[in-house]
This record gives sequence, structure tokens and C-alpha cells, in this order.
Amino acid sequence: MIPLLRHIFRTGILTEPLPVADDGPRREIDRLHDEILHILGRALTIREVDAGSCNGCELEIHALNNPYYNLEGRGIKFVASPRHADMLLVTGPVTKNMENALRIAYDCTPDPKLVVAVGDCGCNGGVFGESYASCGAVENVVGVDLRIPGCPPTPVALMQGILAAVRKSK
Amino acid sequence: MFLCDDTTIEFTPQPGAGAPVWRGRAPSGEELKDFAAAAHLAGGRLAAIWGSDERQRDGVFRLHCVFGLDRGHAWVSLDMPDDEARYPDLSGIFPAANRMQRATRDMVGIATEGGDQRPWLRHGAWPADWYPLRHDAVHEAGMGVGFQNFPSDYDFVQVGGEGAHEIPVGPIHAGIIEPGHFRFSVIGERVLRLEQRLGYQHKGVEKLFIGAEMAHGARLVGRVSGDSTCAYAWAYAAAVEAACRAEAPPRALLLRSLMLERERVANHLGDLGALGNDAAFAFGLTQFLRLKEDWLRLNHQVFGHRFMMDRIVPGGVAVDVDAPALAAIVEQCSAIGASVKKLRTLYDEHSGLQDRFVTTGVISAALARELSLTGMAARATGILLDGRAHRQGYTPPPPYAALGVRPVTDERGDVAARVAVRFDEIFESLRLLREIAVGMVSGETRVDVAPVAGAGGLGVVEGWRGEVLVGVRFDDDGKLARVHPHDPSWQIWPALEHAVMKDIVPDFPLINKSFNLSYSGADL
Repeated sequence: MIPLLRHIFRTGILTEPLPVADDGPRREIDRLHDEILHILGRALTIREVDAGSCNGCELEIHALNNPYYNLEGRGIKFVASPRHADMLLVTGPVTKNMENALRIAYDCTPDPKLVVAVGDCGCNGGVFGESYASCGAVENVVGVDLRIPGCPPTPVALMQGILAAVRKSK
Repeated sequence: MFLCDDTTIEFTPQPGAGAPVWRGRAPSGEELKDFAAAAHLAGGRLAAIWGSDERQRDGVFRLHCVFGLDRGHAWVSLDMPDDEARYPDLSGIFPAANRMQRATRDMVGIATEGGDQRPWLRHGAWPADWYPLRHDAVHEAGMGVGFQNFPSDYDFVQVGGEGAHEIPVGPIHAGIIEPGHFRFSVIGERVLRLEQRLGYQHKGVEKLFIGAEMAHGARLVGRVSGDSTCAYAWAYAAAVEAACRAEAPPRALLLRSLMLERERVANHLGDLGALGNDAAFAFGLTQFLRLKEDWLRLNHQVFGHRFMMDRIVPGGVAVDVDAPALAAIVEQCSAIGASVKKLRTLYDEHSGLQDRFVTTGVISAALARELSLTGMAARATGILLDGRAHRQGYTPPPPYAALGVRPVTDERGDVAARVAVRFDEIFESLRLLREIAVGMVSGETRVDVAPVAGAGGLGVVEGWRGEVLVGVRFDDDGKLARVHPHDPSWQIWPALEHAVMKDIVPDFPLINKSFNLSYSGADL
């Protein structure tokens, strides 16, 4: 236990600004956190749905919970059920084989809800487009409030997108 | 012949400097089956199966089987005059053949004689008698046109008996992960049987390659499985280079290995954190994700992309690295190495964590051989198999031949073994990265590659998860006629079904994460 605590102590709190040259993105992260919570004044819950991605977008969505971005630490939580969610964060392209599952998840999310399409594929089908196996963009299957392009979008772009969606809904 | 004397299949080595591949043509299905049996007897494994529609050029459908043997890969093809013809079911010899054969039927419409005939990738989004990879399979793209999507029932194997019940999970899982369906048959908490139904990520990648330009193929292949983008891009480049008799310059090969090893470390870092988290040790997740973020930021700084997508291209690499960047890589290796070493001690000495890891999700070496496993999953059962390392009769392709990779194994076969292998592979990759950076040669980073009409090639790369294969063939106009990317997850998914047997349901996430298989890579 002692070595563990020592390690935690030595790691410090990474979410605070550090005296390093590369604090550009860090300031941006803090500003985004503050703005999201200023608008919400409470917690935001997100259900992530991978509707057919190459898993690149998932890698960056995972990164949102690392100590640098620390989204969960600021009250924005990823939840296990769409029934607990305020927002669906959907990566694409939506495959034909996932089309129904996405509709069901959408219907299970209580109103008012926000839908954010993530990545070039979620926004417009990306390199996969529309085909016998792919419905393409998320908006072809469920209503979308905001799109976050990128292949994959960076964690900062994801946070900016989540913020924009929340602001838009106000 | 290099495998057995009595085979009638004649083999010729694939030209070029890539991983050793021999190509041969089986005169009949029986001879293909005989060869598979001989390969199995010699300790070989099934590496991939796919089909292609060659009616325009040769008037046949063609079945491709790749076997992994001691000295390299044997790529055997079998011509089938029409779609009425059948080929022998190989799943009796190599169980891994099951899903690949079913996918080949779904995609090209050539089927086995007997065996499991359930569809695999086709869930009902297109008709049973329409085959996407045939040249005459035209389909109007766009929403609201084309086929109606009728999700079909699937014939799961039922488990009966008093107290036995089913837990269906997915396709959407509870976490931030790809979709797939797991059907658990349990008594109480104990798992009697797991059956997977995948294919939810099927987005028609293989169809998109048909008729595409070579350069566009490189972009597509880098998005088959995002976490292995470097491995796929390299395997594709190697296949194209073998087909077109081109060779990437030495500096490009070193830069490719630099990216591949960085991809390996990034994934192991993330998974080691997630494994801690799945055993309720959130400290591990935080610490490892912090290291991974540092790692990805340097990727962005040096290569211009956090996952190094589109940086490996046919003929070489699309990015060059200067001396200060190489120095930064060496410096980071030392820093990350020191942190991971400390974290390993904490993991090893944490009794609660070890209690969850040890004896959970066991796969024996015998089972791993039977299921044709490769990569980290195979090495964690004690099998010394690494495409980057020398073994008897096998010389790895450059630049690994000269790097002297020391493969990591652990004989326990459980989650703890896969954790240990991941830790040791991080240290080995950090050592390699330092060596590559320090020994970087100067020179060109890219040569021009001109597509050769009708030519084909196979590329093999040891990705972080296991062996990634890409088979390529050009058409008469120098466009891509057929590309088949093959993920090691094809073989490892069925192993997961075995690994959870007799463990309890709450151990499943932990066992699953210890492999962290790709859905997208195998659903295509």
C-alpha cells in the first residue's frame, strides 16, 4: 500500500496546469471543462455507441478519461445504458448489421437527448461511404445534433464537439 | 519440397525481401486437403482463407488458403470451375477454418462440401444468393435504395439441463468498445459455454478495394482495424512490393519498424491499464493512460498523427524523421521504461490484482496450436512464435533480421501470462526502438512503385496482436482486383470461447481484455 500511495503522490495531479512549455492544449482543456459545466451546471452522461467504426475513434474517446483530459473527473460520465444517457456519441459508418441496434439504442435514450456523430465516417461515411453493407453517416439512421470530423478526431476536438452540442441545445 | 515429399503441389518462392512466402496451386480439392493435413502434422497452422472471383480473367472462382509453417507461409490456391463446385471442409483439420469458410461463402459464394453452413458475415442485409465480391454483384449505393435489411435469426447451439440458462450480451456492450454478440450458457455464475456471433462491424471493406487505385488501397487498409493501422499498412505495402518487384529503401524499413513498435507499445500500455481497471484497480488505468497519452503526443509531434495513420505507403514511408525527433524518441523510451518498471512491481505485488489474474482464462499450448493462434495470445501459452524473430529455418524480413528480436513467452496461458508477456514486450520494444533510432541509416525514404498488371503478392507483418496478412492482386489495368486483409483475431476469437469455460461470468471482461481482439479487423 505504501509504494502505491507513494506512486500516486509522486505522479501528482496532471489535470492542473504544469510549468511546461507545452501548456497550450492544457489551458484549452481547462477552459472547455469550465464552459461545459458552466452551461450544464450539473453532470452530463454519455452513452458511446460504436455503430461500425474501425476502432480508431474509440481509442480517442478512451483517451478522454486519461488524467490529461479527465472528463469523468469533471462530471461528464460515460454510462453503460442508453437509458441513463443524455447524449449518444456515435461512431460510424453505421453498418447495415448495426442499423437496428443503433435505432433501438436511440429509442431507449430518454428525451430530451443529444446525438453527436463522431469521426469522418460518422459525419459522412468517410472512406467506407454508403454501400451494400454500410448506411454511411450516422444521420442517415438517427437524427444528429452535431458532427465532430477527424480521422480520428483528437480528444480536444471531441471535447469541443461535446461542448458545442450542449451549447446548441441551450 | 520444403514441407513434405509426397505433395503434388509445386511451390515457387515469392520474390522480394518480405516475409518468406511460397505460392502453389492445388490441382484438386483432395490435394488441398492432403496438404492441409500434412501441414497440421508438421506443426503448421492455418493463417487465412479467402476467395476471389476470377471469372473475367481465368473463368474460375479461386479459393486461397495460407498455411503458417516453420520456414514461412505456404499460399495455396484452388481453382473452382463454377459456384456449383465444392471444396473440402478443412475445419476438421484446422478448427480455425470454420468462420473463414463461412465468410468466404457469404462474400464470394463458394462453399465447402458439408460442414457448418450457417452464414457468418451476412446477417440479412443482403440476399442469400447475392455475393458482394463477385464482379457482377452491382448494388446501387445510397440510403433507401438497394436491399431491405432483414436481420436474421441465428442458430445458436443450445445448452440444456437443470439450472442452465442463457445470458445474451450485445451487440452493443456496456463499455466504449466495438459491437458483437456473446451468448453465454451458464449455471449460476459459472460459464458452461460461450458462443460468439460477430459480423456487426461488417462495412464492406473488401468490396471497396475492387477497382481502387493502389494509393487509395493504402488508405483503406489502414482503416481495417484502427489500433493496428501501421501493421496493416506495412503488410499491404509488402504485398504490393512483392507483386510489383519493388523494394523499400533501408531507411524506410527502419522507419516502418519504428512506427510498428510504437504501435505495439501504445496498445500494450492502454490494455495493461484497462486490465487493472477490470480488476477494480483504477490506479492502474490512470497511470497507464497517462503514459499512453505521452506516447501518442510524441507520435503526433514526430509523425504528424497520433496513431501514425497513412504514414506507411507502398514503396516506403510518407514521413521522414530528423535527428532531434529520434533523440526525443530515445529519451522517451527511457522515461516510459522507468515508469513501466515501477508499475510492474506494483502490479506484481498487488495481491487483489494477482488473485484475479492468476489461473483465470487459461489456454494451453496444445489448444493454442490446435486453434492456429499467433502473436501475444500464442506466446502467452509458451509457443515461441514471432514473425520478427529468428527460429530454426526461418529468417525474419528486414529490418528485423538484423535487429535480433528476443521473443517473449510465458507458459501459464492465463490472464497473468498475457499481462506478463505484454510487460516484457513493452521492454523489448523500447530496447528495439532505441536501437532503431540510434542505428538509423541515411538515404531515400520512398521509391516509386508502378502496379504490374495481373500481379499478386502476400504481405505478412507481426502486429501487436499477432500476425497480420494482406493478400493483393492487380487487374489488367493496374487497379486493385482483390485485396484480402486478415486479422489475427479470426483465430483468437474462438480461443476466447474456450478460455472462459469454467470461469465465472464476472471474469469475462477481464479475460476478454487480456486478448483485446479486433471486431472490425475480422468483420471487414
